[in-house]
Amino acid sequence: MKIDAQDWNLTLIAPHIWRGGIDAATLPAIAQAVKDEGGQLVALWGSDERHLDGGYALHAAFITANGLAWISAALAADAPAHPDLAAIFPQAGRMQRANFDLLGIRAEGAEDTRKWLRHVAWAEDEFPLRKDFQSEIRNPKPEITDAYPFLRVAGEGVHEIAVGPIHAGTIEPGHFRFSCIGDRVLKLEQRLGYTHQGVEKRFEGRDLASGARLAGRVSGDSHIAFAWAYCMAVEQATDSTVPPRALWLRALFLEIERIANHLGDLGYLGNDVALSFGFMQFWRLKEDWLRLAAKLFGHRYLFDRIVPGGVAVDLDAAGQRELAALADRVEMEVRELKAVYDEHATLQDRFANTGIVTPALAARLGLTGLAGRASAQAWDARAQFPQAPYDQLGVTMATARKGDVLARSEVRFGEIHESLRLIREIMKRLPTGALQMPLVAVQAACEGIGWVEGWRGQVLVALRIGDDGKLDRVHPHDPSWQNWPLLEVGVLGNIVPDFPLINKSFNLSYSGQDL
Amino acid sequence: MVMRLILRKVLKTGIVSQAAPEADLSPRAREQTLHAEILKVFGDAVTIRHVDAGSCNGCELEIHALGGPHYNIEGLGVKFAASPRHADMLLVTGPVSRHLETALKRTYDAIPEPKWVVAMGDCAAGCGMAGGLFGENYASLGKVSNVIPVDVEVPGCPPTPTALLAGILAAVSGGRQ
Repeated sequence: MKIDAQDWNLTLIAPHIWRGGIDAATLPAIAQAVKDEGGQLVALWGSDERHLDGGYALHAAFITANGLAWISAALAADAPAHPDLAAIFPQAGRMQRANFDLLGIRAEGAEDTRKWLRHVAWAEDEFPLRKDFQSEIRNPKPEITDAYPFLRVAGEGVHEIAVGPIHAGTIEPGHFRFSCIGDRVLKLEQRLGYTHQGVEKRFEGRDLASGARLAGRVSGDSHIAFAWAYCMAVEQATDSTVPPRALWLRALFLEIERIANHLGDLGYLGNDVALSFGFMQFWRLKEDWLRLAAKLFGHRYLFDRIVPGGVAVDLDAAGQRELAALADRVEMEVRELKAVYDEHATLQDRFANTGIVTPALAARLGLTGLAGRASAQAWDARAQFPQAPYDQLGVTMATARKGDVLARSEVRFGEIHESLRLIREIMKRLPTGALQMPLVAVQAACEGIGWVEGWRGQVLVALRIGDDGKLDRVHPHDPSWQNWPLLEVGVLGNIVPDFPLINKSFNLSYSGQDL
Repeated sequence: MVMRLILRKVLKTGIVSQAAPEADLSPRAREQTLHAEILKVFGDAVTIRHVDAGSCNGCELEIHALGGPHYNIEGLGVKFAASPRHADMLLVTGPVSRHLETALKRTYDAIPEPKWVVAMGDCAAGCGMAGGLFGENYASLGKVSNVIPVDVEVPGCPPTPTALLAGILAAVSGGRQ
């Protein structure tokens, strides 16, 4: 791909992050060039620019060998449309459908044009992210029903199992439609969007500080990743400086969040194959981890500890010693538990060759994050395109090739150990100085993008601040967008009772993609 | 081989659900009081059905944590059920999204009387900073009591497992309002 070619109009706006503008008609050619060189589409979203004397805009973020490229194309004010990207990057499909539901931007030539995020909360001819949409409380319109057109599988002996939106366990709501022969899954179709809260609309007109709190609640399990990506975008947009100590503490928080989630997932993976020993042991460790976080930082999940311009809490020498001691114990105990998982015949039998996503399929459909790394998609922004302080930490990425439940479990084990090493390293080299600096006051409309490798994968937050200093448009992107469709494919040919295990091995966010 | 590893680990770990300390404000003491009260009120057990009505999944993290060995709730007769037909209590998280309104109402109706409803977290309770962030709008109906009757609202973003236990207790010890 010609990243420095004229037709991209790219400029470097942050380490490894490029900004460009293109003509919408050239989008497929550019996407194909990215694909040909092994890159991926990370996110696709739109914005209403009519109040800025424009029409609409389409935005895409591509990851390439040179980093992240955020490009925009202007679209007409009447009937905004752009050429379909899903034929090149299948992960664009749902994002394009959501873009129509929210903004009325059409992907011309797209094969699947069904609604995606819209169920009953607004009508087909209403678009919540348009600036003239009335977002205040509205009376429900009983004439609107969902009536989602599922794809039907026909044939002798085929039956459907409909699951959700409310599941049997404590998990987020979504609908899964299985078409089966006997116990074997012929097709799985997902219906998401149940937890749509209008998050993107809620950002509009908000001040920069409360925007950080909202960003952290796009997907609560990835609070730090979203809050950091949001603050990175705000600081970039306003050209503000963050004290080094704050940057290093943000990385510490991100690794704490990664370990907490991986410990919980490894426990549940054991639980799903009837090894309750694994659940109890890993959740004991996770609880110890959360309690120490609450003691040191005042919140079990570090909510609102990252703020625009820095961080809201420090870590003193005594706290560092406590964290180091617990890190040592977690390291040792995770090794002991790994030995049990490695030796446990039933667990290995259930994990291995279950829910396989081959590297070729993962590359074709854009599988990302830890699930991607378990299918040989070797992308980790911390390692390849590090933002400070990761540029000084030399992150080693964990990868596997098999793409089954076992591989996704192995990557989690690998990442726990690397994160523990990073935590020790960060504490050893933690710079002195301030925790926060005031943001540079906004003089004119500005924009920025934040890019953080969260525990699940790449989290992006792109935003524009108006000349009044308030948020005008914020788009938070969770990696679950790309990975949900892979779960549909990964379960094919498996038996229905293995679905909970396969689902847990991905552990995707509903709220992060329902927005 | 693996059995030896498991047994060694179990023995080395011991029981982490430690006994209650003397009158003390530590979380453990609070948990033990709650356990005793729940058992007094319900005799043997209270069964809970959880519904995420549109949460950010932060509250779910703490419901999961409650299932861990520190809290030992199943050991004391508090359990989560897969079906609302088997439940005494409905635990609801999140501001209620319009897309889940019907599912929430149906779940509520499916739970036999007498039943209790606990709204967990600032969004579900319509209070605090998060409740303010996630108020009513085109996609959301706001707090749970806008949709179904609620017995107890547990604040927090998210509420700690101990605060959640306290909310469960507040619901069952007060009777139906």
